Amino acid sequence: MSTQSPAILELRGVTKTYRVKQGLFGTARPLTAVNDVSLSLPRGEVLGLVGESGCGKSTLAKILLGLEAPTAGQVLVDGEEIGAQDRMTLARRIQPIFQDPYSSLNPRKSIFDIVSLPLRVHGIGDRAHWEKEVRSILDIVGLPARVMNTFPNQMSGGQRQRVAIARALIMKPEIVICDEPTSALDVSVQSQILNLLGDLRREFGLTYLFISHDLAVVEHLATRVAVMYLGRIVEEADVAGLFDEARHPYTQALLKSVLTPEPGLGVPDTQLGMAYPNPIDPPSGCHFHPRCPMATDLCKTTAPRAVETSVGRVECHLHDPQSPMHNPKAA
Amino acid sequence: MENPLLSVRNLTLDIPVGGGTLHAVRGIDFDLMRGETLCIVGESGSGKSLTSLALMGLLGKTIRRSADRMDFDGTDILTAKPRAMRALRGDRMAMIFQEPMTSLNPAYTIGDQLTEALLLHKSVGREAARERAVELLEKVGITAARSRLGQYPHQLSGGLRQRVMIAMALMCEPELIIADEPTTALDVTIQAQILRLLYDLGREMNMAMILITHDLGVVARVADKVAVMYAGELVETGPAADVFNTPSHPYTRGLLRCIPQPGKTERGSTLGTIPGIVPSLIGEVEGCAFRTRCSHARPECRAEIPHRKEGEHAFRCIHPDGARHAEEEVSA
Repeated sequence: MSTQSPAILELRGVTKTYRVKQGLFGTARPLTAVNDVSLSLPRGEVLGLVGESGCGKSTLAKILLGLEAPTAGQVLVDGEEIGAQDRMTLARRIQPIFQDPYSSLNPRKSIFDIVSLPLRVHGIGDRAHWEKEVRSILDIVGLPARVMNTFPNQMSGGQRQRVAIARALIMKPEIVICDEPTSALDVSVQSQILNLLGDLRREFGLTYLFISHDLAVVEHLATRVAVMYLGRIVEEADVAGLFDEARHPYTQALLKSVLTPEPGLGVPDTQLGMAYPNPIDPPSGCHFHPRCPMATDLCKTTAPRAVETSVGRVECHLHDPQSPMHNPKAA
Repeated sequence: MENPLLSVRNLTLDIPVGGGTLHAVRGIDFDLMRGETLCIVGESGSGKSLTSLALMGLLGKTIRRSADRMDFDGTDILTAKPRAMRALRGDRMAMIFQEPMTSLNPAYTIGDQLTEALLLHKSVGREAARERAVELLEKVGITAARSRLGQYPHQLSGGLRQRVMIAMALMCEPELIIADEPTTALDVTIQAQILRLLYDLGREMNMAMILITHDLGVVARVADKVAVMYAGELVETGPAADVFNTPSHPYTRGLLRCIPQPGKTERGSTLGTIPGIVPSLIGEVEGCAFRTRCSHARPECRAEIPHRKEGEHAFRCIHPDGARHAEEEVSA
């Protein structure tokens, strides 16, 4: 066996550009939501994707689900480009779990209908088979079989999210895209769902892309973490590397803003400017420079290149040995 | 000793529903001094938002409010006429709502909405009010503040709208601010900035604040006093350090075990959970409402639950130490 497990999901230079019209008669201008993203996710790992709203996390998720086509670059699942696969095949391999279990389940369909829909769409088996499968998957996600005939409005938020997970897993996908799966839930329910996602991953060898703004949750569940800023992955590392020795100033600011339940520490000063830049008009050079406490003139003019680190990759002049700014200790 | 700015005793909110009465808030007590920050923490349905609306006199007509005492700096909120409450609201007590997307009026400019309360409560001219609005927008970190006055809410991002809401609440320099989940919809970086801002402004203006949230991290970092709410009751109250360092009610400890704590919780380990669901509050609620989910429940939990108090730190449980030592022995 090779030590390097093969990547089940690979992104090569994925870029997505939308054309956005400003005002009624304005000319359309390009908005680069995802900018030259390359990632590689080995089977069975959990990649946490973090970043502020508007940074392109959800666009990236849509591309992976085949809901949007990238403007440039390739997405490979198990070495095969997904553009070449039809949606049905892709849906067997990649399934989503969304943030809001109140709006992501059809209120007029029973739980049986909702959970069995993927089987019916793909024309797998007959009614008896569907019932058997639904019963078994409900059991796996911790719901009693009697909920099959109930409707989403009869369930709590946590139960609904379990239904959404059951629907995602019934096709036995390899990759699950979790887009803020617990942020609409209460603390006590959130921990149940996180435990369930962890158990399912171990049991079925699932690979997750886990999008969340809650860094404590990402630290807990993820094995690798990618930090996104204005469409670019500015830092990527294994979970220990990222949380224990963050390199990029933006990652450091994100980690600083995590409020742990420790009284007496006060609210941290992130030292970030208040203004999130306009993605239509991204700043020159390093996109992060207007908010970066370490920025110099070089950052305003020259975009940093991606540099390999011992634990991953980072885009910052401070960490580029060939840059005149190279000074990894300063950051 | 200084009198509290806000004093509440036995506040009870009942909502008539089909099939009985929903006891949404069941006899809560607290005092708030000037310049102090009280965090009310609890899960959805615990009654924390209703409590804040009751303080502001903004409850729906069907909700029955009763209390032994609700005193805001000498004004009895319970008996105050609508006109007197209107004079308080926006002027001496202000509210920051959870959803900046829905709490701003889409049909009016930011400037109009910011200056409304000031023009209503204070004898200032339109120009002076706009100057004050610009000053506060700058204070909450909004760039190009003057040009924002003519903008409509839809032209601003979520973080900006929330800051406009905060500026609006501060227009008349209130003595009390009630903030209901003010940062829940925001990014972590913006959340830290806004909480810091609220905290600094509170100190600077000696403003008292009631912060309602479900986020224990936020509570630990900004609260002077903490009140943990479960099923309409305050199950544990006290100074933040006491509540976090020696959480006494089993529910408080349960909540703290549910969240992954960086540096403390092992990565990838199984998180604590609170099994079961919140009980129905329709009809008579007897004994401890948490007993159906509590691993230390005893038959006595159905009866009257004693109030236990050590200094400022109080909780309600039949176990003298809230079963804290029993849990420590198990985990040791």
